[in-house]
Order: sequence, then C-alpha cells, then structure tokens
Amino acid sequence: MDKLIFEITEQKKFDINLIRKDFPILFRSVHGKPLVYFDNAATTQKPQSVIDTLKNFYTHLNSNIHRGVHYLSDAATSEYECARKIVQNYINAKSTEEIIYTRGTTESINLVASSYGRKFLNAGDEILVSYMEHHANIIPWQQLCEERGCILKVIPIEDNGELMLSELDNLLTSKTKLVSLVHISNSLGTINPIKKIIDKVHSVGSKILIDAAQSIQHFPIDVQALDCDFLAFSGHKIYGPTGIGVLYGKKEMLDSMPPYQTGGDMIRTVSFEKTTFNDLPWKFEAGTPNIAGAIGLGVAVRYIQTLGLEQIAKQENSLLNYATESLKQFSEIQIIGTSTNKASVVSFVIDNIHPHDVGTLLDRDGIAIRTGHHCTQPVMRRFGVPATSRVSFAFYNTKEEIDVFTNSLKKVLMMFR
Amino acid sequence: MNELDELYKQVILDHNKSPRNFGILNVYTHHAEGHNPLCGDEIDLTVQVENNVIKEVKFEGAGCAISKASASIMTTLIKGKTIEEAKILVDEFREIVTRDPDDEIDTLNLGKLAVFCGVREFPARVKCASLAWHTLNNALDSAENKVKIEKK
Repeated sequence: MDKLIFEITEQKKFDINLIRKDFPILFRSVHGKPLVYFDNAATTQKPQSVIDTLKNFYTHLNSNIHRGVHYLSDAATSEYECARKIVQNYINAKSTEEIIYTRGTTESINLVASSYGRKFLNAGDEILVSYMEHHANIIPWQQLCEERGCILKVIPIEDNGELMLSELDNLLTSKTKLVSLVHISNSLGTINPIKKIIDKVHSVGSKILIDAAQSIQHFPIDVQALDCDFLAFSGHKIYGPTGIGVLYGKKEMLDSMPPYQTGGDMIRTVSFEKTTFNDLPWKFEAGTPNIAGAIGLGVAVRYIQTLGLEQIAKQENSLLNYATESLKQFSEIQIIGTSTNKASVVSFVIDNIHPHDVGTLLDRDGIAIRTGHHCTQPVMRRFGVPATSRVSFAFYNTKEEIDVFTNSLKKVLMMFR
Repeated sequence: MNELDELYKQVILDHNKSPRNFGILNVYTHHAEGHNPLCGDEIDLTVQVENNVIKEVKFEGAGCAISKASASIMTTLIKGKTIEEAKILVDEFREIVTRDPDDEIDTLNLGKLAVFCGVREFPARVKCASLAWHTLNNALDSAENKVKIEKK
C-alpha cells in the first residue's frame, strides 16, 4: 500500500549545516538579506519531508477517510491512523483512543471546556489557571464560568517569571474542579514544574489540563508518567502543518464526555429518533478532518525523532544561553522572564524604544522576531509593559544568526540615541 | 535607503524624541481617546475649537515612534485649520498611507503630509500611523465633551 510516513532507520547525526538544508525556507532572503527566523514560538518552519508529504498526499493519495471500500480511501485512512499511532508513542499515551485530532491547541482546550466543562462543572466550582496563560487558556474558562456560574482563580507569578508555588497551596481547595496550566510560557519562557503541580492538583481531587503548545517540540513528554488528565498541543509548533493539533485525554475522562461537535464520522447509527456515537477517538472528530495535516504531523514527529529530543534540547539551550548573554551586554535592555529554568524564548524591552519599532527595523535586516503582547496581556500588565520584543529559537538556528541579530539591535539603539 | 526613506526616518525620530503639542488642554471643546489593542498604543486627544477653527490641540499617550510622531505631526498640521479643512487632511492622510507602495505619488503637492508616504513601506505599521488621525476624526465628530471612543 502507498506509504507517505517514513520509518525511522537511524538517528541523524546533529550536523547543523545538514539539518538546515532540511528546511528550504531558511535559504530565502527578506528585504535583500538572508532570513534570520527567530519567531519559532509563533510557528516553526517545516522540513522538506513534511512539505513533500502534503504535496504527495494531494497528488497521489487524496480521498476521504473511514468511508468507502476503494483503494485510495483505505490507503489514506491507514496513513491518517498511522500518524495517530506515532503521536500516541511520542507522548506515551496508553492507546490511540486517547489521541483526538483537533485544529490546534486552542480547539483542544475549547473541546475540554465545552464538553467536560459543561457536563461536570457547576455553580461555585473553581477553575484555576495562571497569570502566564495564553489567552486561549483563559477565555474558554471565562466563558464557561459565565455560563455555569463557576469561579476563575489565578495563580500569580514571581518577578523572575516563575509561578508563585506558595500561593498554589492556598488556591487549591476541595472547590477546585479543574486546573488548566501552561507547561512553558510563550512570552516568558518559564518551564513550570508540572509533575509536582499535577500531583498537588490530584491530591485535592481536581482534574488538570496541560497546555503543551510550547513544550511538545522541546522535551520528551510522557503523559502516563505525568499523570495529567488532558494535554493539548498544535502541529504547527512542532514542525508540522497548521490546522492540525492534538488533545490527549485519559480514556476514562473521554468516555465520560459528550461529543464536542456532531456530524459525519463521529456517529455509529443515525435515525431521526436517536443517534449513537462512534468509539474513541472518532467520537470527537466530526466532519472530514484535516487528513493531509494529520499525516504531515506524523511525519514531523518522525523527523524530530530522527534528530532526537536530547540533541534538540542541547542545541536550543546553547542558543538560549548565548542570546541571553548577548543581550545582557546592553544596559538599556531588560529581559522579562529570568527564571533559571527556561526554554529557548527570550522576551525583552528597551528603554524608550517601543517593541514595534524594534520589530520593524530588525525586519529590514531580514530578522523575524515577534513584537506585541504575545496573546498574554495579563503577563504584560504584571510586568508593567505594553508589549515586549521576543526572540524564540529552534534547533536549526545558529549562534552566527544571533550575532546578526545583536548587530542589527546595536543599529536600532544607535538610531534612537 | 532612498532620500524619502531618509527624510522619513529623520522626521519620525525627531518627533518621537520631542513630540510637539504634548499634554492635555485644560480647556477644550472636543476630546477622544484612541487605542490600538494590537500593540497597546494609546492616545488622548484634546481640541479647542473656536468659531469653527482649531485654536489649540494637544495629545498625550504611549506608543511606538510611528504612532507618536504621527500624532505630533498631525497636531502641527491642524492647528489654525477649520474643522472641514482638518477633515480633508484626515482623508488625504488615509489615502496616502493606504495607497499601493508601487504607485508614484507626487510628493510636491502633499506638503507636510509627504512624510507619511514612507509609512506605505511598512504595511504592518499603517495602523500605528493612523491611530492619531482616527482619534482626531472621532474627536471632531464628538458632540459632547469627554466622549470615550475606542478605536481599533
């Protein structure tokens, strides 16, 4: 049968020049300068194997899944489900029943809020999030609170950008029914001690969802060892296509939850009197899904598995340290988020220069960074800034690129002096 | 960098560093607040109109260099103008910053508005430059004083 997803034959040696060749976009120029892509926390670039997979799916295998007996439908279904198996193995879920395809982290969180939240949360129940959540992990809960009469509580953060864990003990009570917490902050880079928190949350009988949008591409995640009830992430931040993401949920949780959306593929039998629903995971996948995207995600996970998360972490850590040291040489620059336990994300502000001016001027030198509030307005308010500039690295970035960035930054500082 | 870019850079940096008409008028007839939620830029604009003529105008706010300079330049351009003349300037400004960057613009006829041609080079920043002008439009339309208007 036609296969789009490759098997891993051997671990790749970490040769940065060879690895960069896997990502065609890294060789383009912007405003006449070689692209320096430092906006990886927003979305990562795609390796050629993922790009080819999308093209090959539509060229050779396009058909709808779980329908019909013809060859193409069978082959597409097989690849779609093979990708699910790859994701299951990648996060060490017990079975593929626990891997739900969604459009991304945002939809995964909305699914839990809408399905689990509406069924199990009642007036007076407390939902706990933190100050460093992305808006996507605040608003679904706010809406749910409004509808169900629940109460939203917030874990504060320290000046260095770490969670105030002492406050967590006060906030966690028998009223807490659900905690939804980010693993790595997209605007501060802080890595939260989630295993410790998950255990605490369970000790008061609450459930917990982990937003792994910023961690799934950096660290090995073992959902069984973590014992989290739900975990959400996006394909496009792990070198896969946009429009595909994953919700992991423990089987007993997912079994107890009503469907999130209804329609094709999520049913067993339909009559006008009564509809019975499909088994997990398809119960939560209504309508024709992003088939090519799911297969592309499988290939993206395979790609990083051939590199190995250990090698990836090593490279990204060295970039983080180098960039942090490089920025520290400027007295007018202040780094926001200074935890010693950080992912390769550096947010900073410059005295008297607005981040958007920094972003525009760096862009003229071909350097792509993120400027703004990063969809984390509470974090911006917590640190008393309207916005920050943010550089975020992937394993394909280099110290030479950081030097290009630092030199361009020097020009910005000169210009505004 | 061509000459227009250079001019643009100099003017923007100058007004960013020393904004003209910065502050809040004690006495004013028209007022509006503008906010760009995308980047957190804020502007508070007070205008004193007498006999249909803009006698005094001041702005206060926090934002990027482009939004601040745009507000500063705007205040210098509208002082002494009638409300109708100021509104024509708002329209001309909009026309300039939204025109295709490849279109030739005869900068000679634009007067001081010419500096905003450079903004077209930065499509992502048109909103920053426009904030003050949208706010002016709202202020001039506001019949009552101290109307709070939030502008995207």
